Formats: sequence, structure tokens, C-alpha cells
Amino acid sequence: MTRRPVFLITVLCFGFAFFYIPILSMMVYSFNDSRLATVWGGFSTRWYASLFSNRQVGAALLLSVQIALISATMATILGAMAGIALARFRKFRGRTIFSGMVTAPLIMPEVITGISLLMFFIMLAQITGWPGQRGFTTITLAHITFSMVFVTTVVHARMSQMDRSIEEAAMDLGSRPWQVLKDVTLPVISPALVSGWLLAFTISLDDVVITSFTTGPGATTLPLLIWSKVKLGVTPDINALATLIVVTVGLCVALAGWLMSRAERRRLAEERLAYRAGG
Amino acid sequence: MSGEAEPFIRIENVAKSFGSFQAVKDVNLTVARGEIFSLLGGSGCGKTTLLRMLAGFEDPTAGRIFIDGQDMSGIPPWERPVHMMFQSYAIFPHMSVEKNIAYGLKHERISAADRAARVAEMLDLVQLTPFAKRKPHQISGGQRQRVALARALARQPKLLLLDEPLAALDKKLREHTQFELMSIQARTGVTFIVVTHDQEEAMTLSDRIAVMDRGEVRQVGTPTEIYEYPASRFVAGFIGAISTFPARVIRLTGDLAEVDIPAMDGTFAARATPGLTEGQEITVALRPEKVAIAKTCPDAVNVVEGQVKDLAYFGKDSLYRVTLPGGDLIAVHAVNARRGPDTARPADWDDKVWLSFEPASAIILTD
Ligand SMILES: Nc1ncnc2c1ncn2[C@@H]1O[C@H](COP(=O)(O)OP(=O)(O)O)[C@@H](O)[C@H]1O
Ligand SMILES: [Mg+2]
Repeated sequence: MTRRPVFLITVLCFGFAFFYIPILSMMVYSFNDSRLATVWGGFSTRWYASLFSNRQVGAALLLSVQIALISATMATILGAMAGIALARFRKFRGRTIFSGMVTAPLIMPEVITGISLLMFFIMLAQITGWPGQRGFTTITLAHITFSMVFVTTVVHARMSQMDRSIEEAAMDLGSRPWQVLKDVTLPVISPALVSGWLLAFTISLDDVVITSFTTGPGATTLPLLIWSKVKLGVTPDINALATLIVVTVGLCVALAGWLMSRAERRRLAEERLAYRAGG
Repeated sequence: MSGEAEPFIRIENVAKSFGSFQAVKDVNLTVARGEIFSLLGGSGCGKTTLLRMLAGFEDPTAGRIFIDGQDMSGIPPWERPVHMMFQSYAIFPHMSVEKNIAYGLKHERISAADRAARVAEMLDLVQLTPFAKRKPHQISGGQRQRVALARALARQPKLLLLDEPLAALDKKLREHTQFELMSIQARTGVTFIVVTHDQEEAMTLSDRIAVMDRGEVRQVGTPTEIYEYPASRFVAGFIGAISTFPARVIRLTGDLAEVDIPAMDGTFAARATPGLTEGQEITVALRPEKVAIAKTCPDAVNVVEGQVKDLAYFGKDSLYRVTLPGGDLIAVHAVNARRGPDTARPADWDDKVWLSFEPASAIILTD
């Protein structure tokens, strides 16, 4: 008989409760008819309606989505290149330093990243006159910089599991290295690229710290808007907005996870088949 | 194999080191056009490394490789007239069977119709036509092996390299596939170089075999030459079962050598090999099936007495282990040619028996 680890389960339950009850209550209260965010006044969707007619929220949402789309796409391109380089070019000089530098932003405090990017943009503006004003461009560049790391990590992991010989087989059949990349490597790692993109997208969409360091006048992303509104007290429309964000982010993360695990299952099935035959 | 003409493949003093480790040491080989040539050896002896140098994935540390008279130094894999079937098959997982086979053809300047015809021909060759639209994870291991073969043959290479083509298949399928490979080779006329660690596979499949050991080629020859005339104790022991005994040459008369074998407590006649000298310390090796076993003393040149220690009865034949006068054991293989309750096998446990062998059957090894 195995004893259930009661202590561990209890701790886990408390942990989950601590994390999810606030989110759940926020979601429930987003359907609250009362103007007071903490008093239940019956079911209503009026805060969603008021949210959708709010110009300020619309503009912030548009800006956030634009930044997230561009930065996720750029981060995926650059991150994939770094991931492939790390996995494939085993012996290049300074590989250890490169790999360390690529992953350092993962554990670097966001405040530090934010400040250093801000300093960089200010210096750049002093020397070259660009960027004259911080805003859309600087936020996007900052987001590319720190979300690229996540793509690199995901792509590197997928590349190290991939059978090197399928790339060699393509080369053997007459393809030059860039054709091999296009025909074999990229299609095979495409689930990692998609999930890397989704990760970068969600990271960009909900970032507050780095965005607030690199933003300028007039460029208010959705998280920045929420942050500034909440400072004046929580209103029910913020609950509604936050609920929408939680649902979107949750779906993205779930999709990324599903894509990765499906690719993994397929790979395992293939491996099993490769070593056992049945007519 | 004519010795005059330039051989189809010439491997000249080829060596390969990984850091300080020598995976392949000074290999010299020639392969004729249309031959099935095997590289046989235990795991880690450098077979795959040699194959990868032929395909262009590794550059030799020293030496040169010629294919059809052309020096391959510096020629990348995608420009070599060579295709490889990988040990893992390396099927493209995101392409259908058909697309896998067609992949190499996209680099050839042929019409779409010709390309489709070539793919259809290849599918037919490996009997995969009904599976053309399937994805690799929807077919069995044996079928994947045939996809890999068809894909490599589709571009009509001059040379096909096969790395352990049958190792991932189960025993029954392996035997069947072996003959299929041979028949496909005969029909296409492509030169095959096959890597294998399985000696039976090499014996059945090959026109010639190179036996490799720790990066070196120990002997090259036809399966018969390798089996009947091994050049060293390593090759003798690697291919088939054999019993070996230390011995000494007493006298040389014509093509016969009189040898003293302490394990058999006597002197025996053996076919002499060139360069043998009187008094030389040698090894005498005997294949189990070349030794006759009887309960009565036979009328033969070489006879030795022994006692059956062990026997394995397989029905059609039996394998004996017989204790010799010096205490050593010798393996003897006998066909159970007669039928009857007592006569089913020539001898039983603990029986006193006489063993005999022809002078030509005794292999003299000098290494
Ligand atoms: N890329 C490599 N780097 C370092 N050592 C290698 C490399 N490839 C092969 N080796 C070594 O070379 C030896 C021969 O390998 P291989 O040719 O694959 O053997 P085989 O195919 O005969 O089993 C092995 O000891 C292996 O560890
Ligand atoms: Mg190998």
C-alpha cells in the first residue's frame, strides 16, 4: 500500500486556491450589476458593454495587439535563428558564452532589463537622433528583445530532440543547406515555432514593467491603462477587461501546450515504430 | 572482377580521427561496379564512419576516395552520385510516402510527368503503391525501410550506401527483406555497400566482404574465402564457430605440414600455407562441420580420441562438445543422417568417440 502524501496535497491545494480564487472571483464580479466592485448586485453584462464603447480601452487594446503581433513575429524569426544555431553549430567559438547570453534575460529581473533598455534608447537618441520620441517603436523593440529568449529556448529544445539524420538525408538527396532548412528543418520544428510565437505574443500582451520603462507620451498599452486605472480604485469594467485578457492568454498558452505535446506524442510513436517492425 | 580496369570505387589510405580517437585507420579497398560489398564488424569498429566518408558527411583526416574515377575530396554530399539509406531510415516525418520518394527528384531537370512516372516505378519496385498517400507514422517499420530504399534509389544513383538496413526489423521480416534487397539490386544494377554487424547477413547478401576491427580492415574476400580461408584468428573467430589450438610445425613435405598439437596429444597432417617454416609456432583451427565423429575408429589420416561432454540435439543435426586428451574442448557438428531409436545420433553423453578430419580442413593461422 502506498501512503498518500497528505501534506503535499494540502500544500498544493492551498497554493492553487491562493492563485485561482482571486482570478475566479474577479471573473465572477465582472458580471456584477453593482457599481461597487466588492458588493454583489445581480448578474449583468453591462460592464462588457461599457468596455466595448470605451474609446480609451479600444485604442489601448489596438496598440497592445499591434505591438504583440509585430514583436512576436520578429522574436520568432530571431529566436528560431538563435535556437537553430545553438543546436546545430556545435563547435563554433564562444558557443558557451553565446548560449549563456541568450538565456540570461530569462532570469534577469525585468526592472533591470527595463532600465537598461531605457538607457540604451536615450543614449541612442543622443548619438543618432533616433528614436526622437519613445513609444510604439521602442516598446516593440524592447518586447522583441526579451521575448526572443523564450522562442530560442523552445526551438533549441525541439532541435535537440530531432533526428539529425533527416537533415543529412535531404542533403544526400541533393539539397543544399538552405534548402534543407526550408524543406525539412523548419517544417519539422514548426510546432515549436508556433508555440514559441504564442508564448512571445502573450508575454508581450501582458507586460507592464518593461513597457512602462520604454513607453513615451501617448503610447498606452492595455496593461499600462489597467495599471493606471486601478491606482484610482478597482472599477467593474476593469474586472471585465481583465477577464477577457485572462481568457485570451489562457487559450494561447493551452494551444501552445497542446501543439507541443501533440508533436511530442507523434515523435514518440515514430521512434517506437522505427525500432519495431510489423510487416 | 577484372583487375585491369580502374575499379568503380577506390578507397586509398583513408583514415578518420575524432580528436585523438582514430575511428578509421588507413583503409584501402576497391569495389567493382554492380557489386554488393559488405563492411562487417562489431559495434564501434568504424563502419558507419567509413560509409559517411563515402557519402560526404565526414571528411577523411587522410587519404582519398575515388568514385567512378573522380576524386571526391571537397565534394559536398549534395553533389555526389551516391545515396545513403540511414540506419534510422531518416524518413521525412511531415511528408507522405510519395513525397518522400519524390524529394530527390526535384533537383533533376525532368518533366512533371517523368517525375510522377519515376515515383510510380519506385513505389512499384518496393510494393508500396497502395500506401503512396500515407504519412510515415501510419505505416509499419518494414514499410518505412522500403520507403527509405525507394527514396534513395529514385535518383538512380551509381552507388547506394546502406547502414544496417535490416537491423531494425524483426527476424522473420529480416530474412524476407534480405532476399528482396538482393533482387532489387539485381534488377537495378546499382552498386551496394552494406554496413552490417550480422555475419550471416553479410554471408548471404554479399559478393565480397570486408571484415573490420577497431578501425582497420582485417580481410577482404568472397564469403567462401572469408569462411574457409580466414587470414587471422580474429577473422576465423568472427565468422562462424571454430575451435583453435596452439600447435608447432614439425616437418614440411610438399604441400602438407606435419604439426604437433599438444591439446590432441599427437601429430597431424594439415594443408601447408605459403611461407611456413619448420619449427614455427602456429594455430590450428577446425570448423565444427569439418570434423567427423564416430564410435568406431575410422580409417583416416588424422584421428583423435575423445569423450562427449555435451551435446545439443536439433533434430536434423547435433552439436557436440568433445573433451580431447589434453583436456581442451572441441566443437563438432554432425548431421543425423540415420533414423532409429538408438542410431538417431552418432554418439551420446559420455560416449568414447573418435574424431577425424581431412588435412585440407585444418586451417593454419600464423598471426
Ligand atoms: N562524430 C563523432 N565524434 C566523435 N566520435 C565519433 C563520432 N562518430 C563516431 N565516433 C566514434 O567512432 C567510433 C566508430 O563509430 P561508428 O563508425 O559509428 O561505428 P560502427 O558503425 O562500426 O558501430 C565509435 O567509437 C564512435 O564513438
Ligand atoms: Mg553504425
